[in-house]
Amino acid sequence: MSVLVVFEHRAGKWNRMSFEALTAGLNLRDVFGDVYGVAIGHNLGELATEASRYGAQKVFVLDHALVADYTPDGYSLALESLIGQVEPDLVIFPHTYQARDYAPKVAARFGKPLVSDVIGVNGNDKTFVRQLFQGKLNSELKFADGSGFISVQAGAFRAAEPGAQPGAVEPFEVSLDGSQIRSKPEAPFREAQRSVDLNAADVIVSVGRGIKEKENLKVVEELAEALGAELAASRPICDNGWLPMERQVGSSGQTVSPKVYFAVGISGAIQHLVGIKGSKTIVAINKDENAPIFESADYGAVGDLFEIVPALTEEIKKAKA
Amino acid sequence: MKFIVSVKQVPSRDSALKIDGNGTGLDDSDLTYEMNEPDAYALEEALQLKEKLGGELVVVSLGPATVTQTIREALAKGADRAIHIQTERAPSDALAIARLLAKAIASEAPDFVLTGLQSDDLGFGQTGVLLAELLGFPHATIVMEVEPQGDSVRVKRELEDGWFQHVTMPLPVVLTIQSGIKRLRYATLMGIKKAKAKEIRVLQASELDTAGASPTETVRVYLPERSKQLQLLSGDPKQIAHQLVEMLRFEARAI
Repeated sequence: MSVLVVFEHRAGKWNRMSFEALTAGLNLRDVFGDVYGVAIGHNLGELATEASRYGAQKVFVLDHALVADYTPDGYSLALESLIGQVEPDLVIFPHTYQARDYAPKVAARFGKPLVSDVIGVNGNDKTFVRQLFQGKLNSELKFADGSGFISVQAGAFRAAEPGAQPGAVEPFEVSLDGSQIRSKPEAPFREAQRSVDLNAADVIVSVGRGIKEKENLKVVEELAEALGAELAASRPICDNGWLPMERQVGSSGQTVSPKVYFAVGISGAIQHLVGIKGSKTIVAINKDENAPIFESADYGAVGDLFEIVPALTEEIKKAKA
Repeated sequence: MKFIVSVKQVPSRDSALKIDGNGTGLDDSDLTYEMNEPDAYALEEALQLKEKLGGELVVVSLGPATVTQTIREALAKGADRAIHIQTERAPSDALAIARLLAKAIASEAPDFVLTGLQSDDLGFGQTGVLLAELLGFPHATIVMEVEPQGDSVRVKRELEDGWFQHVTMPLPVVLTIQSGIKRLRYATLMGIKKAKAKEIRVLQASELDTAGASPTETVRVYLPERSKQLQLLSGDPKQIAHQLVEMLRFEARAI
């Protein structure tokens, strides 16, 4: 019995969701057994060593020139050969765009189900929870024959932390032929230069429709400044051009995991909540007590943001003085 | 060129969702339905490709008799004919659904298979990729632009965090189309009239010989509980501010 967790990297860095997926695996260790990681790429070097620090029993490295760049064919074939050998009962992917592009393919090769976008695991019954109707309902599923694949939603599990000592790393020989790779990818590009990395922020002050007018942004800018926080926003604010797109948080923007996330005048649509679930503490300030954001918040203040936010800015300045 | 668009019928967005007596599915007695919005974008993309390249566009849909309404809508917008895989109740598993769809699509020998990137009801986001695997075609997901180049196609894909990528693949291909990339057309009166004469071939799901039963079991469907313990702060703005500062200092250690 074992679990295989598929790690994902881009531009020389591990995607944090890899280690959230690892946590899901480690939570199931008692029922599914040893937890292994797998890194796919070419000349990964230090990156593979780094991946081994997070608590997997062993990290397999699938190294081949033909998986230097991601293609669904290359990655599926490489992973298929490892899975065929290790025969894990559970394979876990982070539910990233990349995993969505090839994980179903790998699962289908083994005739196994992929329960995608999982938000919870239950070891006792070997069941997995996922959302239906964009979060309006939850469903709990299990594999008909006890084994299969899952992918886990961003922020559903707290990322495993790296230990001081690296763990075991094991190269796994993959044989691939260029003719097996049917798609020819070109280099990824960005249309607008992004200079703000919200992921690095400890504290984020995020603003939504409740701010009403662009001129009112000053109120939250002052709070962000007093806290030394990054300013962010929900989609409507960026669609209006009040703040640049690079400050947008949610499924079509950035995924963040600060220590504290202030949701100011944000109602909490599922697309926004997906982007903030990794936050340690969420503070919601909203005049509507039924706003869904309060279901995800740790602290809530129901009231007028134009009164509460300036008062908070004032208190923070005093506390820091 | 032959285009296939796989279209799903889903409960309307404003439907009141009720859980059925078994607690494992939806009570469908009061539901109204609509075309899954991401699939509507796939259909639009295929209609525009067909207008550019010529050929035939076939819509494939799976589900009970109510699905006819969604198929008619696609035909009215310009699809040439349709295949309806009839089942009393669609499987609740992505692989089981894709096996049925692939079986019906394979015999059509298409050049392009398009579908939405996910469904608004189950939201597995797997149908396109599974169809590609089962049909043996290359694929690309979350496609923003499609540039046909003779016997291959170059597409622009959306990656995460504002990144994009171009990918070229030989035909036949499966593409999942990003929502919102083109304006959806309305069916014209003429289109609606013409649709009545278009062919809808009905296949019984039970007669399609597909491998294996559903590989997952739904244990229960339920309303999500509040996952976090919300602490509501009371008092005037100053008191609320004071409590938040205490939290920031001593609990979050953020100031």
